[in-house]
Amino acid sequence: MQITVNGQSHEVSTDPQTPLLWVLRDELGLTGTKYGCGVGQCGACTVHLNGQPVRSCSVSLGDVGGGSITTIEGIGTPEKLAVIQQAWIDHQVAQCGYCQSGQIMSAAALLAGTTTPGDADIDAAMGGNLCRCGTYPRIRAAILDAAKRLHQGG
Amino acid sequence: MAKKTRSLTRRAFLVASAAVAGGVAFGYYKYRETPANPLHAGPGEVVFNPWVIVRTDGVTVITPRAEMGQGVQTTLAALVAEEMDLDWSQVRAEHGPAAAAYMNLAVAKAGLPFADYHDSTMKRVAEEAMGVVGKFAAVQATGGSTSMIDGYTRMRMAGAAARAVLLKAAANRLKQNVIGLRTEKGAVIAPDGQTIAYADLAETAAQIAPPARPRLKNPRDWRLLGKPLPRLDMVAKVTGTAPFGIDTRLPGMLFATVKANPRLGGTMQSYDATAARAMPGVKGVFDIGNAIAVVATNTWAAFQAAEQVQVTWGPAPYPATTEGIFAEIARAFDRPANSTLRDDGDVVKALAGATVLRADYHVPYLAHATMEPMNAAALLKDGRLTVWAPNQAPTVIRDKCAAALGLSAEKVEVHTPFLGGGFGRRAEFDYAVQAAMVAKAMPGTPILLTWRREEDMGHDFYRPGALARMEGAVTKDGPVALKAAVAAPSVYASQARRVLGLAPPGPDKILVEGLFDQPYGIPNYRVQGHVSDVAVPVGSWRSVGNSHNAFFHESFMDELAHAATLDPLEMRLWLMKGQSPRAVKVLEAAAQMSNWGSPLPKDHARGVAFCWSFGTPTAEVLEISQTATGIRLEKMWIAQDVGLALDPDTIEAQAISGAIYGLSAAMMGEITFADGAVEQQNFYDYDALRMQQTPVFDVKILQSLDHPTGVGEPATPPAAPALANAIFALTGKRLRSLPLNKQVTFAG
Ligand code: FES
Ligand code: FES
Repeated sequence: MQITVNGQSHEVSTDPQTPLLWVLRDELGLTGTKYGCGVGQCGACTVHLNGQPVRSCSVSLGDVGGGSITTIEGIGTPEKLAVIQQAWIDHQVAQCGYCQSGQIMSAAALLAGTTTPGDADIDAAMGGNLCRCGTYPRIRAAILDAAKRLHQGG
Repeated sequence: MAKKTRSLTRRAFLVASAAVAGGVAFGYYKYRETPANPLHAGPGEVVFNPWVIVRTDGVTVITPRAEMGQGVQTTLAALVAEEMDLDWSQVRAEHGPAAAAYMNLAVAKAGLPFADYHDSTMKRVAEEAMGVVGKFAAVQATGGSTSMIDGYTRMRMAGAAARAVLLKAAANRLKQNVIGLRTEKGAVIAPDGQTIAYADLAETAAQIAPPARPRLKNPRDWRLLGKPLPRLDMVAKVTGTAPFGIDTRLPGMLFATVKANPRLGGTMQSYDATAARAMPGVKGVFDIGNAIAVVATNTWAAFQAAEQVQVTWGPAPYPATTEGIFAEIARAFDRPANSTLRDDGDVVKALAGATVLRADYHVPYLAHATMEPMNAAALLKDGRLTVWAPNQAPTVIRDKCAAALGLSAEKVEVHTPFLGGGFGRRAEFDYAVQAAMVAKAMPGTPILLTWRREEDMGHDFYRPGALARMEGAVTKDGPVALKAAVAAPSVYASQARRVLGLAPPGPDKILVEGLFDQPYGIPNYRVQGHVSDVAVPVGSWRSVGNSHNAFFHESFMDELAHAATLDPLEMRLWLMKGQSPRAVKVLEAAAQMSNWGSPLPKDHARGVAFCWSFGTPTAEVLEISQTATGIRLEKMWIAQDVGLALDPDTIEAQAISGAIYGLSAAMMGEITFADGAVEQQNFYDYDALRMQQTPVFDVKILQSLDHPTGVGEPATPPAAPALANAIFALTGKRLRSLPLNKQVTFAG
């Protein structure tokens, strides 16, 4: 079947029951999306499906259908960083970095829907993303900063 | 990094670097011998010493410590870059191979049974000896918050040695004296402004013998060190391009997983893989000793098939339930103490006839739960094994994989990609040996072995459960006696048995660290450790013994303060006076920044705790509040003296990270056992702090020495007692057992 990832369509012959996460990582080689728990508990595997944040470990390939998938690789690249990634760099957010693709995908979805997120919005949008390194305070600061840059020309 | 790891075989370019590797003058021939330079130059590269490779467009610094989040590779590279006068944009860091040249001398010293705050001749002599032992044993390891302590001089020397020969080469070329030359942005600059890039000098410079003792810069002249530097791994980590172990991809790679005996250390009696073998995508099911491995075309297929393998497991070599395990640990109190590392005054006499406080404490087993589950890739080809393992001890990985496959160590190459968290878990080698065994079963095929989260949760080397019996006596002036006994399985013995095959006898310092070595002048003060031999595998968990002992010690200090009707912070300050000015300043800083003693809003309360660990005294004040949905963590103030701050931004991040790790465990961390197996499966039953539960942090970094002390771990130990003490202040309930969420409700 065909799936569309970061604007590119791919032919995959994997069992349709396979979670999207493993199709991305093991079949398409898009390793930016991470495996943390496999059961929707940690957010490391977060991608966007038609613009909405989903846990790719809990969406099967068959359920994706013709939907459009965006992964961290589609947000920005080292050569062409997205605003949110630049904010992450300016706040030196990442430690081990393993959760950060998922954090950025959740935050990007929040910022796409809210121009001025408050602390409660951040709590609600980010509560599903675990970070064992405890980078939460810098994530919060980076989101607030990115919101300013994106929506208030700051 | 790992994917692009240099195939450095084209030109062996060996340069003696005695000045860097030798360091300490010590009488033994073997000790003075310079470990071989393990690096070989790739195209366009010149190797100066085991740490410095000059490229045409900059310098690669080999930073041979695991990057697991602590920013170690950035700061180690900065030490070299500073001495070489590089522009930060010219610097790259690579972990490099497993090699004797990269051994960690400081990690061995940290195990010595001496209190850090109080320097003695005995301690120094033993440390020297330990440095020598460390060198013979040549263990390359990341742990014990030692990377900067170990690398501070060595890395600067590596940079200074390279700069010295580059200057010399420039002087030769320009036919002038070295004295008139200076260096800037990776180039030598002559008095007339002529500029020669290092890359243009490298070939000749690398053939000049470096000076015996290269001069190091005066820290006053530092341009990079001591200031926040952008981490070298940051761009990769926010774009999904940083290669973690689990991201290792090779042509023709297959994907594997394992299913090991949930009764840890038990045998595998028989298995039936008929159903698993018939599943789509499955390429093989193998017996790898006490586990089966499934290889498939993708990780998911391997996971699914592993669940279908029917296995009969042997029993666990320890009591089958949590209750049984703790009953066994408690029995250690009845046996003679393994250590009495503190015995000031006469604690027995002081307790007799005084108003005595007695309290028993308990902490559970804990998992590391790194975000990236255990994994390793391996390829066995033409009798050579290559392993890609996110790990904290590459020389151990190399030797253990070699032994498992019956190869010599020279036939094993270890790559260390980024670690998605370590916290001590990846100082072990089990996952890498499993990958090697799967590679052996499928020679010529690269395999990536990934554990399911459930496998990871259930097959850790846990922070041991521990019990403490505390006794103390107070007068109106404060504590006059403190007697502490702790009982727990020995992390040190468990690890030594795995790595060395035996556990050397002697006092186990780790068991009592955080308890015997605190800078309090209590006149009658005894600390004893009792080793339990419960055989649940245990390992280093961020801050190790301090993680439980600070909870025991600092909670009980709070009890003593309340019994004496003294302010708990003032009482500690008073006990520290005359013991350690560093400790006093840290606690005073915490008091000042939190405005300790000032009136608080209704339903708010505070707790304080202190711990001196890894050379770094750390104080934490935590403010909490009672809300409609439970207790909420409002704000934490952290003050710590890191000796010398090489990168304040990274240190702040580690302080917060360490505290959150400690708070998570204190609030909700618990590993329990039933039928010999760990009951927790995944993050739904072993969770950690989330965004909405995390307090606001304020961190103050103090500096009082001419060298750095540990920063990765010291903020973890005080977190649990600061919280428990705050809960006492809020509710009047003294909680002596962790996790706290079994006794109070936290806001979600
Ligand atoms: S891996 Fe999908 S939520 Fe954890
Ligand atoms: S940065 Fe390590 S888990 Fe979040």
